[in-house]
Amino acid sequence: METLSNLGDGFLIAMTWQNLFLALMGCFLGTIMGALPGLGPSNGVAILIPLAFTLGLGATPSLILLTSVYYGAMYGGRISSILLNIPGDEPAMMTCLDGYPMAQKGRAGEALALSGVASFVGAFFATWGLVLLAPQLVKVALLFGPAEYFALFTLAFATLGGIAATNQAKSAFAAALGLGLAMVGVDTQTGVPRLTFGEVHLYDGIDFLIAIVGLFALSEVFVFLEHRGTDRDISTKPPTEVGKIIPSWSLIRSCIPTMGRTTVLGFIAGVLPGAGASLGSFISYSMEKRLVDKDKTFGTGDPRGVAAPEAGNNAAAGGALVPMLALGVPGSGTTAVLLAVLLALNITPGPLLFTQNPDVVWGLIAALFIGNFMLLAMNIPMVGLFTRVLLVPPRILMPIVAMISFVGIYGISGSPFELLMMVGFGVMGWVLRKLDVPLVPVILGTLLGNEMEVNFRRAVEISNGDYSVLIGSPLAIGLWTVAIVGFILPIVIGGRIKRRMHMSRDEEGSISD
Amino acid sequence: MSDRIFGGIGLVLAIIYAWAAAGIQESFLTDEVGPKVFPWIIATILGLSSAWFLIKPDPDPEWPTWGRVAEIGLAALVLVIYAEALPAFGFLLPTAVASGYLTWRLGSKPVESVVIGVVTALGIYLIFRSLLGLSLPREGMELAIDGFFSSLGDLFASDPEPAPATAPQGD
Repeated sequence: METLSNLGDGFLIAMTWQNLFLALMGCFLGTIMGALPGLGPSNGVAILIPLAFTLGLGATPSLILLTSVYYGAMYGGRISSILLNIPGDEPAMMTCLDGYPMAQKGRAGEALALSGVASFVGAFFATWGLVLLAPQLVKVALLFGPAEYFALFTLAFATLGGIAATNQAKSAFAAALGLGLAMVGVDTQTGVPRLTFGEVHLYDGIDFLIAIVGLFALSEVFVFLEHRGTDRDISTKPPTEVGKIIPSWSLIRSCIPTMGRTTVLGFIAGVLPGAGASLGSFISYSMEKRLVDKDKTFGTGDPRGVAAPEAGNNAAAGGALVPMLALGVPGSGTTAVLLAVLLALNITPGPLLFTQNPDVVWGLIAALFIGNFMLLAMNIPMVGLFTRVLLVPPRILMPIVAMISFVGIYGISGSPFELLMMVGFGVMGWVLRKLDVPLVPVILGTLLGNEMEVNFRRAVEISNGDYSVLIGSPLAIGLWTVAIVGFILPIVIGGRIKRRMHMSRDEEGSISD
Repeated sequence: MSDRIFGGIGLVLAIIYAWAAAGIQESFLTDEVGPKVFPWIIATILGLSSAWFLIKPDPDPEWPTWGRVAEIGLAALVLVIYAEALPAFGFLLPTAVASGYLTWRLGSKPVESVVIGVVTALGIYLIFRSLLGLSLPREGMELAIDGFFSSLGDLFASDPEPAPATAPQGD
């Protein structure tokens, strides 16, 4: 009951003209970003953070804008999957399997509409899941002391690669790299400069926004430069005719059981650490294939094969917000970027967020509900508009992305030093992606590094230098166990799952969700 | 092979990191752990994972030809020069040149590239500076545009309602 009244307050906050307008803008921009190959939810949100920041938006409006982009991108990813057989972002990968064959049969409009409905169902019920589950998780999180938090952060890093990670050493390397970068600057506890090599610019530390924009957005430009003119160049594909857009009721009805099942599954995948939207859509598709594919129509344009991954990945996107908001520990790339939004606005995420800034949390959740309806309205009748956006070739788009990255970072720093660092991160991102080193742990490391160290030192400080306090409570031991299992399990079974995920699709160069 | 080189670089990085952490000056007011321990833990993980790449490297990725590597290097160089040029030459000129270069390298025809570069620079300036009021580097051309919008704002300022901040005054 208390939750519902909180939610009601949230709607009061979200229902201002400014917030409604921001939600609309976010949904619109997000759908475009999701639809454009090369711009996904994480880099789309990444280039917008510095902008929201320099525009002087408050905490709630910024979050509303950026999470609307996040939800919008999850909707938009399917458009290019269906029309071009190229996933707009990684979670939309599975939608290609049945979406593109449907489009080839002249049913592109129906596939788009159906996937729009499926996205809505997934996202809508996942937002309800968020409303119900997050406050419960907060109650558990309030029992956490510094030692438990340190274990929780470790757990987040250990499981971030996900069950499909192929090389855990590379995930560990990436995490250490990010944590190492976070250490640069003046030590918060003792006030001594660390690892600055005497460079005054580094005394404040490396701004994580610079790392995020460089690694996610700028490196994408380099990837496009690398692939220009080869068969991985996507600008040469002709777009497919859309056809009729309104789906028949019988088509939707035949997909209702599928959507129901995959929403639940996707939500769970989103909440669990290390799964995320990509895996959510993957397991949703495979489960449906196993359950209802009696005539072997999956993969040849079966509508249920379009609905399943879309409901799954949008539900997972909502689910992924649960640990991010309640624990302050994101489980996926894009929620890591959303965490950066909170930190940039000086809001400490985690259980205290719900007690100290209930307006932010509930305003955000209410905005998600509103955004969902906006997205549904935008995505069914106006889908033709978004398909036209796909005609913008990357050769025009990517320079714009690069320039907007510069504008954003210049806006918050005003000095060339930060811009040079961003270029450095861009090149580093390209090299790391070539070597198959995941970028998300690097980002998470720069975001959480200081918080993690503070909890580590506080725990040992409280016990007067006794390091065994780190595994001193049953809760901490439980978290460590999950962390260790989560790190080792992919080494045993990860290769098999990864192979299945890519069985019918080449790996696109996009960043994981 | 790529992974072996990468592992080697990683090991060197870990050693430098640990050494730099050892050089952190301790203050007399320190906690039980001190500022060095956590960086050392990080260096250890960095070193161990790098050693793993040396022992069990992944198959090589598909590296682009040297020409393409040079292409990426040159683009990075252009962006570096762009970053340095911003405070000196204002926003429009460097942005037009940099985005023109990028779109040319991504496959636009030369004349097209000039047009795309100029339109990109102007578009971004109008949206982010004139409309949204972001602080961007300004020289002659930019000041002229801002001046135009602020005089446009003055025209409407006679209204009883205060004029919308079309062109923010100064930074």
